[in-house]
Amino acid sequence: MAVLVCAVVRPWGWPEAVVAVPAAAVVVGAGAISLPHAAAEAGRLGPVIGFLAAVLVLAQLCADEGLFQACGAWMAHSAAGRPRRLLVQVFALASVITAVLSLDATVVLLTPVVFATAARLGARPKPHLYACTHLSNTASLLLPVSNLTNLLAFAAAGVSFTRFAALMTLPWLVAIGVEYLVLRHFFAADLDAGAEAPAAADTPHLPWFALLTVVGTLAGFVVTSALGLNPAWAAFAGATVLAVRALVRRSSTPTAIVGSAALPFLAFVLALGVVVRAVVDNGLASGLAHLVPHSSTLPALLGVAALAAVLANVINNLPATLVLVPLAAPAGAGAVLAVLLGVNIGPNLTYAGSLATLLWRRIVREHEGDVDLGEFTRLGLLVVPAALTLAVVALWGSLQIVGG
Amino acid sequence: MAVVVWITEGTWPACVDSARAHAPDDAEVVLLHVLDTEPAAVAHGAFAGLLGRAHPNPGHRPATGWGRDPGDAAEETAAISERQLLQAAADRLGRPCVQQARAGRVEREVVAAADGADLLILARDGDLTHLGPHSLGHATRFVVDHAPCPVLLVWPKAAPDLTALPPPPPPR
Repeated sequence: MAVLVCAVVRPWGWPEAVVAVPAAAVVVGAGAISLPHAAAEAGRLGPVIGFLAAVLVLAQLCADEGLFQACGAWMAHSAAGRPRRLLVQVFALASVITAVLSLDATVVLLTPVVFATAARLGARPKPHLYACTHLSNTASLLLPVSNLTNLLAFAAAGVSFTRFAALMTLPWLVAIGVEYLVLRHFFAADLDAGAEAPAAADTPHLPWFALLTVVGTLAGFVVTSALGLNPAWAAFAGATVLAVRALVRRSSTPTAIVGSAALPFLAFVLALGVVVRAVVDNGLASGLAHLVPHSSTLPALLGVAALAAVLANVINNLPATLVLVPLAAPAGAGAVLAVLLGVNIGPNLTYAGSLATLLWRRIVREHEGDVDLGEFTRLGLLVVPAALTLAVVALWGSLQIVGG
Repeated sequence: MAVVVWITEGTWPACVDSARAHAPDDAEVVLLHVLDTEPAAVAHGAFAGLLGRAHPNPGHRPATGWGRDPGDAAEETAAISERQLLQAAADRLGRPCVQQARAGRVEREVVAAADGADLLILARDGDLTHLGPHSLGHATRFVVDHAPCPVLLVWPKAAPDLTALPPPPPPR
């Protein structure tokens, strides 16, 4: 239990590997998990973390090549004067970028571009910005690398990359569809206000090389999966192609490329994985098992997802994943994926979970006074229950088709 | 006499044109824009929600790579586009005016700014294809309902004709 508390409290309070890695070491040292087990866990997580690193590098190099700027120029060009069309484009881009290049790419790289594009078009930025923020959570259901929560569950649940994607495709589409319908209605006035398009006649300059590399990487995911290889190789290949090009053209340095892999973050993920394994090994499942339904029936999945969403909002989605995945794992892949639906869609109510939100608001207050988040919360109340329920139904349907 | 013109993205030209038509020559025209602080705050929050990433300490040198806070970029963009919007409005007005930029909860800031004014000019910004209450968005509705001064409410483009009027209630 002490391990659990450590896992719940510390990773949230200290946003770095600084605490998580020693925590994992303590877990191993205290005998909560045997060294071979920890090594096995690290061995299983290793390729996935390598995958994540490759994706992060790929995303950063795409940004260096101007892919996100080109996205902005394309949106500004074809959505001029039509905010509703801009919203559709933001949805398409944010969904794909979140799924393929991880939610970090959407939050850090795409959001500023979307904001700038809306401003450039003279459109009200709110609907488009909220779409980005919501989709960075909701659209992170599709692939294991889309979200850190997926990675942790993926490591503990033992489903293959392709099966994960196959089961999550339908929930991903359904959740995005709900988001779109609700946002379009919620921001109808802002979207109807139109946009005073200034004379922006420049045609978007597409970085074809980066774009084709990403498309090739996507195709690589399919091909490697079909051949029984680890899809991480495709991501590595994509990142390598762009890295070599950047180095040859001297548009980037080896230091910058290694830096964009966010090594402390990867160490943090690895440490968390070891802690999760320790929690599993120490029988938390049997201790708290009665809280979590043990089947893959629709009501059970709904219950698990709702519990996960509540926990993700009360504490934070990362600790919620750590607590719930070991509990849900015995019930099969369906229950684990239902947990992911809860922890990925749920945070749209309070972003990072209420404790983290409180912390963050304290920081913001030092800068610029208290901020009213009423509208974000109202929007979350409209979206989250509907998206979560329908996504779980879609997951249940996928389980019937693909097989649990 | 003081005329406050509420400038918002999308619908502002109609308000400026209305001010040109209706504000007396000796009136002081105030072009008012209110920056909604919530979107940038949401971007800050989304970034804060990315746990485990290298978050730089606030106030240090500009962050790079994955440590860049999109909320900062949003704030910069918003400030620039606010200046451009007010300048475009002033150019369109074509007479001396005061540019006023406020930040916060939009509808309340507008009501506060209209206090003591002789006229507030604002535009409808909802469903502009039908006559009726849906032609006012939430913030505009609040301002119309709570304005402490006379209000001139204009259509941002040609108003729908009377066929867009809802049918009368059935006779009792």
